[in-house]
Order: sequence, then structure tokens, then C-alpha cells
Amino acid sequence: MFKHLEHPADIGILAEASTLEEAFVEGAKGMFSVMCDLSTVKAEHRIEVTCEAGSIETLFVEWLNALLLQADLHSMFFSRFKVQITKRADDSFKLAGFAWGEEIDAPRHKIGTEVKAATYSGLKYKEERGIHSLQCLLDI
Amino acid sequence: MMELNEISKGLWELSQTGDMKVPARIYADKNIIETLKSEISKASPWSALKQLENVATLPGIQKAAIAMSDIHPGYGFPIGGVAAFDLEEGVISVAGVGFDCNCGVRTLRIPLPSREVEKKKKELADILFSKVPAGLGKKGKLSLDNREIDEMLITGARFAIEQGYGIESDIEFCEENGSISGADPEKVSKHAKDRQNKQVGTLGSGNHYLEIQKITSILNDKAAAAYGLTQDECLISIHCGSRALGHQIGTDYLKVLEAATKKYDIKIPEKELACAPINSDEGRDYLSAINCGINAAFANRQVISHLAREACAKVLDIAPEDMTLLYDVGHNTAKIEKHAGAELLVLRKGATRAFGPGRSEIPKAYRATGQPALIGGTMGTSSYILCGTKKGMKESFGSACHGAGRAMSRQEAKRRFKSEDILSLLEKKGIIIKGHSLDGIAEEAPGAYKDVDEVVSVMEEAGIAGKVAKLSPIVCVKG
Repeated sequence: MFKHLEHPADIGILAEASTLEEAFVEGAKGMFSVMCDLSTVKAEHRIEVTCEAGSIETLFVEWLNALLLQADLHSMFFSRFKVQITKRADDSFKLAGFAWGEEIDAPRHKIGTEVKAATYSGLKYKEERGIHSLQCLLDI
Repeated sequence: MMELNEISKGLWELSQTGDMKVPARIYADKNIIETLKSEISKASPWSALKQLENVATLPGIQKAAIAMSDIHPGYGFPIGGVAAFDLEEGVISVAGVGFDCNCGVRTLRIPLPSREVEKKKKELADILFSKVPAGLGKKGKLSLDNREIDEMLITGARFAIEQGYGIESDIEFCEENGSISGADPEKVSKHAKDRQNKQVGTLGSGNHYLEIQKITSILNDKAAAAYGLTQDECLISIHCGSRALGHQIGTDYLKVLEAATKKYDIKIPEKELACAPINSDEGRDYLSAINCGINAAFANRQVISHLAREACAKVLDIAPEDMTLLYDVGHNTAKIEKHAGAELLVLRKGATRAFGPGRSEIPKAYRATGQPALIGGTMGTSSYILCGTKKGMKESFGSACHGAGRAMSRQEAKRRFKSEDILSLLEKKGIIIKGHSLDGIAEEAPGAYKDVDEVVSVMEEAGIAGKVAKLSPIVCVKG
């Protein structure tokens, strides 16, 4: 699941799932649901997304920002995601993933507000009782 | 509880304690201070005061971590934040500039009485909505290749004018003459440039807008005369920034600065304040990229002002060049400036440069008056034109507020206000709103913001900026 967290100027996202990968997927859904009505976005085209970072938290921000970049370059919204995260020998993390979506159609997708970037503000990761939870603030 | 004391009229201080290298100072009245305190007492996860206290711990910060009266929580720095750093000892952080370099306001004069403009407001709203690309995913009319993007990043507004978007005299009335020096396009990633090639001349979304405004009151006759403002005439105001290029510069350098924080062993209270020494390869590269972003924003507002001029000229039957530029000034910037004889890096995060009289950076026509500071209100309330003061130069590094400042979350605004109700309420007040996103209109409801009159009055009472004119919207185009 994902939840939008309240902030006076921007919007926070909280993503929770039973696996780390699913929490990353929920985070992506949470971010794109600020920009459009996810249920209206057809998963027609697939875009590959990769990123890396020194920690799970920063990997989450990298993943969201990589998606914003791809969405912008292809003028697309994404509604379906798949990720694979691997830990490297040097303790850093690599993410290989895919995002599915379609070209932006403003009225049909019921556009919302543009997300400028995912930030380190309010950035948290924890695993408790088998639930992976990630959160960060999106700059609007 | 943090102790705040009013040290002079409208200026409150949080004393230097713990790791703070300077005190934190806030321009505010009691009401604004109560809001800041309540964020702490209610244990809100986002506290603007705590953020300002954190800024005060950064290496090389000078005099005080300062916040304007539109203060509210941002990320890292509060919005309304101003901090100046020594060039040798100081640091630069994405949190102090934001992901939208040189987001700012540009205002042009419409030399017609408001009744002439109001008669045609519906046509104006329609044509501006159709001619000025706005909203998420909207592409600009200009398509630039990478060589042209590089040129734009170096020459800013001048690039747009050379492409036919504007008139030569516009340059004189832009901060930095529309192109800041020290912009090296090699410090901007290919991704950032690729994102921008379809976004030059687009308004964006969120709180960005294009408005036709009426000058409802002149509050300083002499300054208004210098600025060429006449009661009951109209203005075009454009609020936007460097679009995706700016966002990508922030995103790219967030990583660079995170690594630099570790490399240079900089102690920061929160990860979001990741920073690099100004005098380091990382710091210099970021500053150079910011300068590119600043120029991209100048070019963006230049193109939009041309589109708006053409649209208004057609409807109002005047020449585009009759709509002269009052001023263009940013409120998300990092700039090297001279203050009290020292060169400092001044970060303004949701704060407007408002230089006082006599500064050589101000256009000659305004130099004796002080620089116009363009303060955007909400779509249903007022905007203001202020002028910089000598006291502001001494106290706030020549800075003033940038807007009303949000008072509630976007979700709360959507719960409280319905976009249809806002549209009909404002229509009754004579304001036409055109927006691409219904949710966006509810999020930007006038009631979601602080009272701009109060915010601006604090600036004037504290003496760091003076009121010159009050404006009210007639037409508002939102992304």
C-alpha cells in the first residue's frame, strides 16, 4: 500500500509492502498518483529503469527520480512497475526495473500536480515484523 | 520549547545554542510566530523553525539564518529562507536553492485602464490559456537541439530575444540583465538538457501562474512613479522557473553533494542538508550548473512573456512592445553578492532579492528608489510590488518574502475546498480562472495560503521592503 503524507507545501509518500521490491513499486505508484489518476493509465509501453546507491533509502530516492526522468523524456505516465534489487560486495545497492505506461493524455488521465523531484527530506526505511516501509518527501 | 524574542519590530530571534554557528532570525508578527511554535508543540514532522535552526549549523554561515514572513516548512531549508556563506568556509546545498533554480516572477505593464481590460477578460483568459503552454506534460513551442540549449544556458533571456521572443529593452529590466555569468553547460547533464528541449516557454504546474492584474492601490507615489505604475492600470505577471532542466540539476547534484558531505566530513543535522564546500570541485560545479538553471529560467520567462504579449496585443488592440517590462526577479537562487564589503554566497529559497537604493545591480531608472520585489499572492487575493530598502541591505542581505506562503497541506486544501466552488466564487469576484487540473485549483485555493496582506505588512513594518502597489487578479491561468 501507499499513502500520501501531509506537508504544508509538498507531499510525502509512505510505501509499505511485505517485500522490499514491492515497497519500491508502491512508492512509485504513490508518486505517479500525485500526477494523474493511475487507474486511467494503460500499461502499454515498457521502459527500463536502472539506478544504484549506497543505501536502501537513497536507492528509493534514486528510483523515484529515475522514473521522473524517464516519464519526462518520453512524455509518459507510468502505472505498473517491477523492480529487482541486489546488494553488491561493497554493500551498495543496484536496482534493475521496468515501468509500464502510456503517453500523457491530459484530460483522460485527469492530470494532477507535477512532481519536481523526490528529496532526502523525511527519508526513512525500516523493516518491522516482515513489513518494509519507505518514505520521503516529493517536491511539488 | 525554543525561546523566540522580538529583537526589533517584526524581527524575532532564536538564540544561538548547541551546534548553531549563528542565531536564527524570523520576520514575523505574533500570529506567524504562533504558527511556527505550534508546529513544534504539536510535534509536526515538518517544522520550519527546526529547519531554520538546522541551517544555522552549516559551516561558514554569516550573521544569521534568516526567514521571511512567508516562512513555512520546505525540505532542508524552510521556504522563505535566506542564508549567506563565506566563500572560503561556507557550503552550498541543494536544499538551499531548491529543485527549481530561479523560479521567479516577471511583470509587464499593460498601459490601459482596467475597465478596457476587464471588458475583454474572457477573451484574454481564453487566448492566454490556449497560447501559453501550461500544465503537466505540456510541450513548448520551441524545440531546441543540444547546441542551442547550451547557448540558452549561457545567455538566458538574451537567447530568447535573439530567437525573436521579446524586445531588446527587456534585458535592462531583468535581474542580472537576464543572463548570469559563470554558467558552464558542461556542468549540466545530458539528461537535464534532453528534458528541457521541449519545455522552454512552458509555465509548469503547482503554484505557477500567469495573471492579468489590476493595480488596485498605489501605496508609495514616488516609487510607483519611478516604476511606471499607475493606479487602475493593468499588469501581466508570470510566475515560473527553470522547468525540468532545473529539476534535473537538483536531482543530479543531490547525489554529488551527498558524496561530498562524506568526502569533506561535513557535519549536518539532517541528510536533506547534504552540501559541499563552495570552494571545492563539487561546490564550483554545482554553482556553475545553478547559473545555467538561472539562465534557463530567464529564457523561459522571456519566451512566455512574448507569447503573453502577442496574445494580449491581439485582444486589446495595442502593440506587443507597448507592454513594457517592469522587472524580472528570482526567488530560488544561489548568487555571489557583495554585502558590507565582503563577497558572500547568498542562498534564497523562496525569498526575493530586494536590493536597496543605490546598488549598481538595479536598473538605472529604479536605482534611486530601490529594486522592485515582485510578490505573488494567490489566485483570489492580492499580489504586491515592494521596493528594497537600505535597512534590508544591512539586515537581510537585501531580501524580502516571495509570496503569501502556504498555510495548509495540499490534501487539506482538497478536503476543504472544491475546485468548482472556488471557480464560481472567484467568478463572482470578477476573476476568471483557467486551469488544466481541477485538483490543482483546489490545492491552490486562496484559503490554503496565509494572508498576503499580513505577510507583506511584516516586511514593511520591519523596514526591509516597502509597499509600492497592491494588485488584484482579473485573469489567472494555472498549470
